[in-house]
Amino acid sequence: MSSLGLYIPGGSPLHRMRAGTKLLLMLLAGAGSVLLDHPWQAATAVAVALLGYAVAGLSWRVALRQVRPLLWIVGFVAVFHTVVNGWERAVVFVGMIVSLVLLAGLVTLTTRTTDMVDAVVHGLRPLRRVGVHPERVGLLLALGIRSVPVVVGLAEEVRDAQRARGLTASPRAFAVPLIVRSLRHADALGDALVARGVDDQV
Amino acid sequence: MPVIDVRGVTHAYGDGQARRLVLRDVSVTLSEQRVGVIGANGSGKSTFVRLLNGLVLPSEGTVSVHGLDTRKQGREVRRRVGFCFTDPDAQIVMPTVAEDVAFGLRRRGLGKAEVAARVRATLETYGLADHADHPAHLLSGGQKQLLALSSVLVTDPDVLVLDEPTTLLDLRNAAVVQRVVRDLPHQVVLVTHHLDLLDGFDRVLVFDEARLVYDGQPDAAVAVYRKLMAREVLG
Repeated sequence: MSSLGLYIPGGSPLHRMRAGTKLLLMLLAGAGSVLLDHPWQAATAVAVALLGYAVAGLSWRVALRQVRPLLWIVGFVAVFHTVVNGWERAVVFVGMIVSLVLLAGLVTLTTRTTDMVDAVVHGLRPLRRVGVHPERVGLLLALGIRSVPVVVGLAEEVRDAQRARGLTASPRAFAVPLIVRSLRHADALGDALVARGVDDQV
Repeated sequence: MPVIDVRGVTHAYGDGQARRLVLRDVSVTLSEQRVGVIGANGSGKSTFVRLLNGLVLPSEGTVSVHGLDTRKQGREVRRRVGFCFTDPDAQIVMPTVAEDVAFGLRRRGLGKAEVAARVRATLETYGLADHADHPAHLLSGGQKQLLALSSVLVTDPDVLVLDEPTTLLDLRNAAVVQRVVRDLPHQVVLVTHHLDLLDGFDRVLVFDEARLVYDGQPDAAVAVYRKLMAREVLG
């Protein structure tokens, strides 16, 4: 099971909903989130997002995994707004961030990447006349999602090598090999894409 | 059986003082079903096989597959020549197993039903059917290499080029990949450091310092290669 918001198979109404509809609803939720003004509204937004997980048959642990990487940011936002604007604003901002992250996770957890890519390609077709290449944007989206676990794996390997050499406190000793290995991976991925039929006429 | 024709190929990376010659005047015609390629690291063998599907275009000379020139008809050549890399993580481009196998078929514009049927059949053939919806990054090394192979074979190429497919695998997974490759009906060109993979091969090429130094039967080729390595180690 992935902790990175990748698709989890299922037959819920959210799994069956069209990818384009889910992405549109996500966009509307993002735009509508600026209207949140009271703590009860923010709490309702989080509750609605969690209800989505229940409808999709996903456990609260899966929901928690989506927001765990943000704990530092959420903590900072909460402290900052409590000090500057009072606890009510802090609750509103934290609720806004958490609900949107939960919803974004819910979309990726209930939607196959290929369906999401197809929806994005379909949605971007009108922009073809202004030079946008929808298929290329769709491929970028898929590669972006695929690359997250790869880069996480590279980072873990670099960190292990760092520990083995006693360089635990050196950000440079972590960043440089990670960047070099990521670029090498990108180069190899480019070759693989060409070998698999993706060339300059995507 | 497809015919791969390499004529007078010399290849170098870089220009001027940074120019590094990696292949020197190689000419060979490959029509056998099983062709092995061996040599030390940096001997030119990986560059040689990358020429075969146009991933690398030669600085001099020509490469053709079934009469199709890799320089002029690269796309058609790549449709006929599937390529499997050493590191499957660099080859898997979609997040889940079934999506990655479907990738090449979708790019060819096949209908959804046909794509689904071919993906299902391929995953069953290579023992990955139970992992269809699993994230690719959670597979074991051997399963990832099988996925990479499946994603190439589902597109039904005439030739399969494998560049050290077992280098990152343990003995058990290497044996699985070896068995899969052995049973393929395709023409296979295999680069490897695992010399036992060449058992039953029709022909083996040995590269050394950018040159094709031996071309013949596996036993004799392996003997030449061992002699070359012994000479280097002992000075």
